[in-house]
Amino acid sequence: MSVTPEVVSQVAALARLDMTDADLPAVTERFARVLDMVASLHTIPTDGVMPMSNPHDMVQRLRDDIVTETDQRETLLAVAPQSEAGYFLVPKVID
Amino acid sequence: MMQNVIGASAKTQLSLLDRGEISAVELVTEHLQHIRRHNSVLNAVTEILDESALAAARAADAQRASGEHKPLAGLPLLHKDNFCTRNITTSCASKMLADFKPPYDATVVSHLHTAGTVTLGKCNMDEFAMGSSTESSFYGPCKNPWDVTRVPGGSSGGSAAAVAAGFAPWATGTDTGGSIRQPASLCGVTGLKPTYGRVSRYGIVAFASSLDQAGPIARSVEDCAMMLNHIAGEDPLDATTAAIDCPDFTHGLSDDINGLRIGLPRQYFGSDLDPAVAVLVHAAIAELEAAGAILVDIDLPLTHDAIATYYVIAPAEASANLARYDGVRFGHRCADPADLQDLYQRSRSEGFGEEVQRRILVGTYALSAGSYEAYFKKAQQVRRLIRADFDRAFESVDLIAGPAAPSVAFTLGAKNQDPLTMYMEDVFTLSVNLAGLPGLSLPAGFTEKLPVGLQLIGRAFDEATVLRAGHRYQMMTDWHQHRAPMISGVSS
Repeated sequence: MSVTPEVVSQVAALARLDMTDADLPAVTERFARVLDMVASLHTIPTDGVMPMSNPHDMVQRLRDDIVTETDQRETLLAVAPQSEAGYFLVPKVID
Repeated sequence: MMQNVIGASAKTQLSLLDRGEISAVELVTEHLQHIRRHNSVLNAVTEILDESALAAARAADAQRASGEHKPLAGLPLLHKDNFCTRNITTSCASKMLADFKPPYDATVVSHLHTAGTVTLGKCNMDEFAMGSSTESSFYGPCKNPWDVTRVPGGSSGGSAAAVAAGFAPWATGTDTGGSIRQPASLCGVTGLKPTYGRVSRYGIVAFASSLDQAGPIARSVEDCAMMLNHIAGEDPLDATTAAIDCPDFTHGLSDDINGLRIGLPRQYFGSDLDPAVAVLVHAAIAELEAAGAILVDIDLPLTHDAIATYYVIAPAEASANLARYDGVRFGHRCADPADLQDLYQRSRSEGFGEEVQRRILVGTYALSAGSYEAYFKKAQQVRRLIRADFDRAFESVDLIAGPAAPSVAFTLGAKNQDPLTMYMEDVFTLSVNLAGLPGLSLPAGFTEKLPVGLQLIGRAFDEATVLRAGHRYQMMTDWHQHRAPMISGVSS
C-alpha cells in the first residue's frame, strides 16, 4: 500500500476533517487505491514541460483600483449560522 | 394540446407562447403538476418553487399582453442546485449547504431571469458535483426516467433526468469532468459543455475552478444554442471569462457539413467502451459521413492517463475551494464546539459526505509539501501534454467524435462502492475539461431500451461548429425526439 494510516490521519488533520480510529483503515484503503491509480502519472515523461493551471494559459486580469462593492455586512451576516453585534461568532480563541 | 406541451422542446414551447396558443400560467401549471406527479419516483427536483413560478408566469402573461415582452417570457426552466439563486435554497445536494439561501443570483441565473424564463425549481445532483451517478446526494439518489432502477448519471443527473422526464424543456447543468455530457448521454437528452471561459462561473458553487463550466441540458441542439446565447459572454464578476465575441449560436445551425473533417480517436473505441454502445456511436458517425463529413482516424494517446491527471487536479482545486466551509460564515455549524479547531473539524466532518471528504483528502495530500511536485505539478504538466494532443489533432480535423460515456445507464448501487469504478465513467469526457474545449452529447440511439450518447468535441471557442454538426445529425435522425415512458403527450 502506498500510504499509511498515519499519513492519512495527518492529511485529515491538515484538511480539518475528523478521522476516528474506527474509520481509518477503510478510509486508508480507499485513499491508497486512488493514490495508486494516479501514480501512473509518474510513467509519463514531462521534463521541461511547463505546468498548466488554466486551459487557455490566461493570466490574472487586473481591474482599476476603485471601489465597486457596497457595504453588505447585514446581508452576509444574515446567512451566518451565528453572529453577534455585527460580527461572525466563533468559540473563544484567546483566554 | 395541454398534454402535449410536456416533453416539447423549448423552441416549440416558446412559439406556442409567442403565438398566444398557451399562456405562461397554463404552461407553468402544467409542468408543476407533471413534476408533482412524478418527482416522488424520480427525485430529480430537490425544491419545487410553485409560488414564485406562478407569480413569474402571471407577470410574463401581463407583459406579453402589454405588447412588449422579454425574449423568453414565460418559458419554464430548472436550475441545478449548485447555481446560487437569491433567497432560494442552494444546497449543492450537501448537508453542508442544506439551509443555505444565498443573498445573490449566479450570473447564469440572472441572465436567464432577465431573458424572461420562469424557474420551476432546483435539480438534484451529486454532492458538490462530485460523482457520475447522482447517488451521493444528501437528498438521496435520483433515478433515470427510462428505467427507474438505474442511475441518471451525474453530477447533473437531476437536470438530465428532469429534462428527459419533461419536468421542464431545459435545465442548467455544470460540467467539471463530464457532469453535463455523461448524464445527458444516460438520459437521452442533449447537453453542451461550452469552452472554459465562455460562460461565467460567478455564483456557481466552486468545485475545481480551472475545470468547471456551466451549460444547457435540453431536448435538442437548437435549444442548447438558444440557451447558450443567453448565458455566454464576458462577465466582470468572473475574471476567467474570455473577452471573445459571442456569435448568435442559433445562426448557421442548418448550414451543411460538407467537407467537415471529423477525427475519430482510436483510444475512444478500445476496451473501455461497451460493444453495444460502440455499434451505435459508429452508426451515428456514419450518418455524419453520409451528410458530407470526412472521417479521419486520429490519436489522443493520453486519453486513459487523463483520468489520473484529473483525479489529482480536480481534488486539489476542490480541497482549496472547500476550505471555505468552516462553520463560521455560512453553511453547517456543529453544535456546542469546544474550541475553534473543534468547530472547523466537526462542522466539516458532519457537513460533507464520504466522496467529498475523500476528494478533499486526496487533494490536500497532492498539495502538501512532500507531494506537490510529484502529484500536483506533475499532473499540471501532463495536462499541458493532453492539451497539446488536442491541438495537434485539430491541425488536421475540425471536430472530434466519439462516445460520451463508456456504457448505458447502470443500476443503482452498481458502481458507488468503489471510487475507481465510478471514475471510469468519465474516461471520454474529462480530458475535454482538462483542455478547456467545448463538448456536446446528443442522443444516438438505444440499446436494450436505454439511450446512448454521441459526443462531439470542438476547438476552443468554436461551439458553432460543434452545434452545427450536432444539429445536422438531429435533422437526419429522431433519437432526440424519443420520449421517456414518463411523458404521455407527444410533440416536438
